[in-house]
Amino acid sequence: MVDAAIHLERQQPSLHMHEAYASEATHAEGQQHPIKLYLVVWGWLFVLSTFSYLVDYFGLQGYLRWSLILLFMVLKAGLIVAVFMHMAWERLALTYAILLPPVLVLVFVAIMVFESEYTHLIRVLFFASPT
Amino acid sequence: MAETALTNPGGQPAPGGWQGIAADWSSDQRAFKNVSWGKAMMWIFLLSDTFIFSCFLLSYMTARMSTTVPWPNPSEVFALEIAGHHIPLILIAIMTFILISSSGTMAMAVNFGYRRDRVKTAVLMLVTAALGATFVGMQAFEWTKLIMEGVRPWENPWGAAQFGSSFFMITGFHGTHVTFGVIFLIAIARKVWRGDFDHGRRGFFTSRKGNYEIVETMGLYWHFVDLVWVFIFAFFYLW
Repeated sequence: MVDAAIHLERQQPSLHMHEAYASEATHAEGQQHPIKLYLVVWGWLFVLSTFSYLVDYFGLQGYLRWSLILLFMVLKAGLIVAVFMHMAWERLALTYAILLPPVLVLVFVAIMVFESEYTHLIRVLFFASPT
Repeated sequence: MAETALTNPGGQPAPGGWQGIAADWSSDQRAFKNVSWGKAMMWIFLLSDTFIFSCFLLSYMTARMSTTVPWPNPSEVFALEIAGHHIPLILIAIMTFILISSSGTMAMAVNFGYRRDRVKTAVLMLVTAALGATFVGMQAFEWTKLIMEGVRPWENPWGAAQFGSSFFMITGFHGTHVTFGVIFLIAIARKVWRGDFDHGRRGFFTSRKGNYEIVETMGLYWHFVDLVWVFIFAFFYLW
């Protein structure tokens, strides 16, 4: 089937070769995984969502709440990106090009944490109503 | 042919200046070797969208951390009375499960697309679209409930005024993404159902022949919408 397709393409003008190569590559590379894999990931996403809901339901507070919420969030995001979006099977050139830039957002987060703590301090010092 | 030869590694030295820039960018090389341009562009679009949602969540974080007024408790704000029981955050939990389920059906639609099973692909895409529409419907219900209770972008009955503006901005933008996703899901499901990608029928817009990869590209967008919800759920509703 694949051989025949390549054979047919050879007889066509070279203009279409590039396009044909691209589609051929994706079919041969084939994001072909057993359906069971998706069902297992689906199940895990349900379990993790239930866990993060239960964190709120039981009213956990403080660092325990925070670490659990962030842990479940990162696990869910990782499963979605790696399996559902097939990032686990892509070449590293694409993986790094897409996944590294959002990590830099953490720098922005750090800057804004300092900024908002400063703003909060100023508001408490000068604007909060005396009680 | 002369231009091509200039960029060959073993040939003459490559040209400098503006000519060099033009020659390098037109040298017909690809960074993403086995990813088609359509899929690569979808990934790059999603990257830019990531920054947009990051900015929304960051501005929400800044507003919440810097206000001296207590923040409304989301666990109570989004609670519902069901059969006489007061259940915290239940509506958001149900919305989360619906969106995750839609991601599951979408992933399977992509799989059946590559197996050229057009009926199963189209049906699973329509199920995905239906779940997405349900999600948007529940979001409309949530907005209506909050607006009836007096939440506005500039005030609310429970605490810090920025709660309303953050809520409407973040969930509104996310809901818009879901809505557009549903529209495109239905449009592509129709093409799959009709067998466009089996018969090589040309698209109306670019008049190119499509293939089943468009289902995966659509899937990338849909999973991204689910991904954003994971972060909104954690940072806005559970914090």
